[in-house]
Amino acid sequence: MPASQTGTFRRVGYTGWSAFRFKDPTFPVWIGAAILLVFLMLLPLGAIFRASLWDDTGLTLNRYFEVFTNEQFLKAIWNTLIISTWVGVLAVMIGALLAFLVTRTDLPWKKPIRALVMASFVTPPFLGAFAWTLLAGPNAGALNKLYRAVTGSEEALFNIFTMPGLIFVMALYSFPFVFSMIANVCELISSDLEDAAEILGANKWRTAWTVTLPLAMPALIGGFILAFLQSLSLFGAPAILGLPAGLHTITTQIWALFQYPPRLDLAAAFSVPLLLATMALIAVQKKILGRKGYSTVGGKGGQKRLIHLGLGRVPVLLFVFGILSLSVFLPYWILLKAALSKAWAMPLTWDNFTLHNFSFAFFEYGDTQRAIYNTFKLGIVTATLGTLLATLIAYVTHRNLFRGARYLTFFALAPLVIPGIVLAVGLFIVYTRPPLVLYGTIWILFVAFLTKEMPIGFSQAESTFKSIHPELEDASRIIGANRLISLKDITAPLARSGLIAAWSFIFIGVIRELSAAILLFAPSSKVVSVVIFDLKEEGQVGVIAVLGTLMLAVSFLVILGVQWFAGRDVVATRE
Amino acid sequence: MKKVGLCFVMLAGAVMLASPVTAQDAALIQAARKEGKVVWHTSLALPSSTAIAHYFQNKYKGIEVEVHRNGSQRVLQRFMQEAAAGIKNADIVHTSDAGNFELLRDKGMLLKFTPQGVAAFPDGFKDKAGFYYGMRATLSVIAYNPKVISEKDAPKTWKDLLNPRWSGKMVTAHPGYSGIIMTHVLALVNAYGWDYFRDLAKNKLHIVQSANDPAGVVASGERPVGVNGSEYFYYKTLKQGNPIKIIYPKEGVPLVVSPVAIAKDAPHPNAAKLFTEFIFSKESQQLLADKEGLYTGHPEVTYPADKPKLKELKLLTADADELEKRNAEIKKRFTELFGA
Repeated sequence: MPASQTGTFRRVGYTGWSAFRFKDPTFPVWIGAAILLVFLMLLPLGAIFRASLWDDTGLTLNRYFEVFTNEQFLKAIWNTLIISTWVGVLAVMIGALLAFLVTRTDLPWKKPIRALVMASFVTPPFLGAFAWTLLAGPNAGALNKLYRAVTGSEEALFNIFTMPGLIFVMALYSFPFVFSMIANVCELISSDLEDAAEILGANKWRTAWTVTLPLAMPALIGGFILAFLQSLSLFGAPAILGLPAGLHTITTQIWALFQYPPRLDLAAAFSVPLLLATMALIAVQKKILGRKGYSTVGGKGGQKRLIHLGLGRVPVLLFVFGILSLSVFLPYWILLKAALSKAWAMPLTWDNFTLHNFSFAFFEYGDTQRAIYNTFKLGIVTATLGTLLATLIAYVTHRNLFRGARYLTFFALAPLVIPGIVLAVGLFIVYTRPPLVLYGTIWILFVAFLTKEMPIGFSQAESTFKSIHPELEDASRIIGANRLISLKDITAPLARSGLIAAWSFIFIGVIRELSAAILLFAPSSKVVSVVIFDLKEEGQVGVIAVLGTLMLAVSFLVILGVQWFAGRDVVATRE
Repeated sequence: MKKVGLCFVMLAGAVMLASPVTAQDAALIQAARKEGKVVWHTSLALPSSTAIAHYFQNKYKGIEVEVHRNGSQRVLQRFMQEAAAGIKNADIVHTSDAGNFELLRDKGMLLKFTPQGVAAFPDGFKDKAGFYYGMRATLSVIAYNPKVISEKDAPKTWKDLLNPRWSGKMVTAHPGYSGIIMTHVLALVNAYGWDYFRDLAKNKLHIVQSANDPAGVVASGERPVGVNGSEYFYYKTLKQGNPIKIIYPKEGVPLVVSPVAIAKDAPHPNAAKLFTEFIFSKESQQLLADKEGLYTGHPEVTYPADKPKLKELKLLTADADELEKRNAEIKKRFTELFGA
């Protein structure tokens, strides 16, 4: 007997609001999750607009006037635009090239290459930036010293404390985003069209240029926008590499406005253009990706053949590892060296070797233990509750449980357009005054991280649900289980590895977060990223290196542990 | 027999330990133990402030010192942010910008407390109203890396730094972060005017935040000349075997006195008082001089032989009130001149 014929067992999602509301006892859970989500997103944004537009006398545009006539602020905007544009271009070049080589050629060692791209993704950009100050500071940087020793030159090869230096480092840690987008597309494009081109006489490079590239174009543009957005919202890297050269970006300028006496109103007004810019870009991206439906990108469509690199295999492989050594090997090596040295710029000889940085960081320096505790607590709590909320929301939108449910998608993805520091400005305004003072506790950070990580959790959960047919769950409901129990006993176990992936993405996102934490922490609620930034401002190189190494080690352990637990290549699903 | 002897020794020891402790002190220690903790917001260099916290914890077992180290202006920012949100978390504030304390006192955010023995300190170490006292002092000096620059070529005066030959070779710390540099900038602006910094900025300086950071930058050779920076941290870095030479310019050296005060809303007021008494004791002040390379206001403290005596130097001082009044101006102009 079909379920829809008996009132009690109807698939309520398809029969409307009122039936669901009255007949499903789990209703409060779904609507509660929805309200919580909307609340999370609207509160900080509302606070920003309010703070930027209202003062004691009422509505005013003075703040905007002040921000957009100040030469320094305008310079920061200009710097940010130039930097982000170049980061976008570079990240697309690196990311697309690597993705193409990994998916469409017979390049060897693809698994290690993917793992290293993943490692670049996991490395917090501020840590990469810090490592690069040790590698390519114009005078003491290890690479510049090597260059001088080899060539006998007086000049530096590369000064990392410049705009190109900053662009370079930011691109190194933005390209993995592009890589995963392009790799996905490249794997889906079938070889049929390419075969056609080759039959018509084009060689393989010409085919790649005239057929594969245009097919991948929307993804390339999407990748550019993603990398552009990513660099727009970075705080740590520009603060570490830009400020020493007298270079402000929008994020560092917003952060500077929090110095005493704080100008929250200006920070809010200055956040709005950043917000509008990211919104516009996401709209553009949607348009581009939406308009060009890939008729050729059909799930399991035609075959794809690999391009043979022939004799070029070895040089290409070396080139790929060269790029990955810039984002992974060299920075990790210098961090480890600095952690173990008395003087980081000296060779690591026996005289220069010390474990003092470790003993100081772990046993003498009080912040370390508190910060590690806070970081893990936040990571675990945010990842767990975030996955739960994302799962509930994705379930609501996917099963379309009540009218308007699909609009929740918009709210769940909204933080994509909210740079971390802008979110923090909003949360700071809301939660440092009654009725709800969360500032001073780690829970203001929890709210920030939960909001910020919602898009990743949601999209992961959503794509997982899409792959699970509702009929098993319907069966469970027919035999009397309610929606929550069905979700818990039937659907969630089926979605297990997808949800574990969501959990680990949120966890990693939380422990490496700096741009929101830097405004929201109080002395008693420091997290590791903030401690590292504080130490950087004082120039405590050895201790930073220790904490940075620890942070990376933990991230990798979590990924490995989760993969082992889930029994498959969880993280690869994103690539 | 042996047992009795041992008892006697223990008793004598207890009497000797207890003898300098008055009844009043004992009451304070007991009250502090009950609170169990003191939260210290400090701008003293991380290794130094951590060391002092450990001295205290060893002496007064059971009272934890929670150290929150940051630059002076950041310490003030955090303290004010907490206060604005109604959070009472900080017990003791300590920065190198005396102007911060004028501000905090005038806003009624400090507790009036006079530790024993400070009456004998020089005037520059004492707030006349009795809310804050200088727990340490240092100088802001020039330093260079002798592996890169010979003694003959090294800059010797503040004006030497304006020479274009140093373009791209110097590092400065930031008054928007460091109280030492705030004091330094005010002292030199009063001596030479803003023109000095306008000309200095033409030499394309590497900008760091903390007054302690230039020591590492100079020692590594990243920039061989530091145009300012805390003398005690240069001295400590030098003592660790790093290539650093300190210059005390003849025209005058900015003296930076770093006050300490108890917050009015301190959640652990007794522990805060005990800690304040502790850092002003002769024992601690001598430790600051011996181990941390600092100067102090304590008249009986002696200094390492390889450090100049304060009275041998021409000192440039900055008035706390003026520091407070010109704080915003100095941050703004410095940022305009140096770009960040």
